[in-house]
Amino acid sequence: MTPANQNTIISPRLAKNIKRNVRERIIEFILMLAALSAVLTTFAIVGVLIVESLSFFEHVSLVDFLTDTQWTPLFEDAHFGIMPLVAGTLTTSAIALCVAIPVGTIGAIYLSEFASHKAREIIKPVLELLVGVPTVVFGYFALLFVTPLLQKIFPELPGFNMLGPGIVMGIMIIPYISSVAEDAMRAVPMSMREGSYAMGATRFQTAVKVVTPAAISGIIAAYILAISRAVGETMVVAVAAGQQPNLTFNPMESAATITAYIVQVALGDLPHGSVGYQSIFAAGLVLMIMTLTFNILGHIARKKFRENY
Amino acid sequence: MHVKNSARITKVNAKQNEISHHPMTELAKKSQASVLENLDSVRAMIKRHKRNDILFSIIGLIALMIGLLTLCTLFIDLVMDGYPRFNMDFLSNFPSRRAAKAGLLSAWVGSLLVMTVTFLTAVPMGVAAGLYLEEYAKKGWFSDLIEINVSNLAGVPSIVYGLLALGLFVYGLGLGQSILTAGLTLGLLILPIVIVSTRESIRAIPIAIREAAYAVGATKWQVVKDHVLKYSQGGILTGVIIGMARALGETAPVITIGALTFIAFLPPSPLTEAAPFINFDWLTSGFTVLPIQMFNWLSRPDHAFHINAAATGAIIIVVTLLMNGTAIYLRYQIRKNIKW
Repeated sequence: MTPANQNTIISPRLAKNIKRNVRERIIEFILMLAALSAVLTTFAIVGVLIVESLSFFEHVSLVDFLTDTQWTPLFEDAHFGIMPLVAGTLTTSAIALCVAIPVGTIGAIYLSEFASHKAREIIKPVLELLVGVPTVVFGYFALLFVTPLLQKIFPELPGFNMLGPGIVMGIMIIPYISSVAEDAMRAVPMSMREGSYAMGATRFQTAVKVVTPAAISGIIAAYILAISRAVGETMVVAVAAGQQPNLTFNPMESAATITAYIVQVALGDLPHGSVGYQSIFAAGLVLMIMTLTFNILGHIARKKFRENY
Repeated sequence: MHVKNSARITKVNAKQNEISHHPMTELAKKSQASVLENLDSVRAMIKRHKRNDILFSIIGLIALMIGLLTLCTLFIDLVMDGYPRFNMDFLSNFPSRRAAKAGLLSAWVGSLLVMTVTFLTAVPMGVAAGLYLEEYAKKGWFSDLIEINVSNLAGVPSIVYGLLALGLFVYGLGLGQSILTAGLTLGLLILPIVIVSTRESIRAIPIAIREAAYAVGATKWQVVKDHVLKYSQGGILTGVIIGMARALGETAPVITIGALTFIAFLPPSPLTEAAPFINFDWLTSGFTVLPIQMFNWLSRPDHAFHINAAATGAIIIVVTLLMNGTAIYLRYQIRKNIKW
C-alpha cells in the first residue's frame, strides 16, 4: 500500500482521533515539566550553594572554617570560623525547644485524648492561624515586648539577647509539634485504648502509659521537624538576638545565628564575587545540611511509625 | 470450624455456672472483707485519678491557649503601639527620614506587584504538577523522585530560597534585584504548598466520577479539565490563599536577594494610557515590600520608627489572618458540603 493510498482510507473521524491523541500527549508532557520543576528547584538550590561555597573554600581552608572560633569575614583581619554562628543557632533553637516540646506535647495529648469533637474543631483552626503569622511580626514581639518583660525579671539582660527570641520562636513552633504529634496519637488503634480502659485505667493513665508510648516514633518525628524549623528560622533572631557573632551558649548574651548573618550581609552592599558574598553561601550550605539532616531523620521516624500501624 | 467454636463456648459457660454455684470459699470471704475494709482507700484512689484527669485537661487547655494568648497579646501590642499612624497618609506617603511623615505607599504597591508575579508562577505550575502526580504519573521511581523532592522542598528554610535566587536569578540569569526576581523566588517557595493542596483535593474525588466521564468517550485531558479540576477547585483555592498569605509575610528571602529598604518611587504602572495599554517595565523595577519596610523601621534605634513598624505589623497581621481565616473557613465549608 502506498502512503497516498493509506490516507484515503483514514476516515475524517480517525484523523481527528490522531490529532486528539497528539494533543493529549503534549498536555501530559507540559504537566510533567511542571512536576519536574520541583526536582529542578532542589538541584538548583544544591548547585548554587555548592558552586559558591567551592569558590569560598578556595580562599578559606575547611579546617579553619570548622575550627576557628571567630567569624569576622568583613573585618580587615578576617576570620572564618563557623562555630560562633552554629553556637548561636543551636542556643536559640534549644531555648525554643524547651518551650515548644513540653507545651506542644501536652497540647497534642489534650487534643487527641481529652478534647471533645467540638473543642477540636475550634482549637485546630486557631492553631493554624498562629502558623500563618509572619515571622517579622514575631520579631517585633520578641524585641519590644518579650525582652522588656524579661528585663523586669533579669535586670542585667541586654536589649539584644537569645532568650527572648528563643522563647518567641518556641511559641511559634508549638502548632507544628502539637499537630504532627496529635496525628500520630490519633493513628493509634482504638482497641489499645479500649483495652486500657477495660483494665480500669483513667483517661490520663491511658494517654500517658498507652497512647504516648505507642505513638512515640511519630511524636519524635514531630520534635525533629520542629528542630529543623527552629534552626532555619530567620527574622525573629535577626531582629531580636543581635547580629554580633559570639561563641557562647549563654542565653542571656546576644549572638548572631547562621540565618541572621545571611540577612546582615544581604542588607549591606557586598560586591558580587567577594569573599564576604561567598561566605553567605557557605553559611547557607551549613544551614541546609543541618535542616536536611533533621528533615530526613524526621521522615524516617514518621515512616517507621506508619509501618507500625 | 464454626460448630467446634460454639461447642467450646457452651462448655466454658457450663464451667462458669459451676463456679458461681459453688459455696463461697474461706479465701473469697476473707478477700471480700479486706476489700470492704479498703473500700474507702479505693474510693479515694478513684477520686484522685478522676481529679488528675480534670487537672490534666485544664493544663492541656492552658497549653493550647498559650498560642492564642500570644497572638492576642501580639495584636493588641501592635495596635496600641501603632495607632498614631492609622490614617490615610500612612498609606499614601513614601518612606521618609522623619518617622511621622513616613508612609507605606511604595511598600504596599511593591507587595501587590510581587504577589501578582508569585501568583502567576506558583498557581499554574503547582496545579499542573499536582495534576500530573495524581492523574498521569505511573507509580515508580520517577513519581517517587518528584514526591521526595516536593516534601523536601517544603522543609527547606525560606532564607535558602533567597540564596538560590541571589545566585541564580539575580546574578546567574541577570534578572537583577527586581520585582520579577522576588516574585519568582516566592513562587518557588510556595510551590510545595500549592502542589500538596492540589493533590489532596484531587485525591478526594471518587474514581466513579472519572469512570463515568471515560464511559461517554472523554479523553484523559477532558476528564481532568472538565471534572477533576472542576471538583477540586475549592480545595486548590484554599491552598493558594494559604500560600499567598505565606508569601506576603515572607521577609528573609526577599532581603537576601538584596531588595532595597528605602524606596521613594513607584515602579512604572502596569497599565498605560496609550496602546498596547499594558507594559512590563515594572517587572525589572526596584521595589520594597511590607515586611521589609517593617524590618527596616524596626532595626532603627529611634523609637519613633518603632511606631511605624508596629502599625505596619498590625496591617500585615490583619491581612494575613484574613487570608488564612478565609482559607480555613472555605475548607470547612467544602468539607461540610461535599456529598458524593
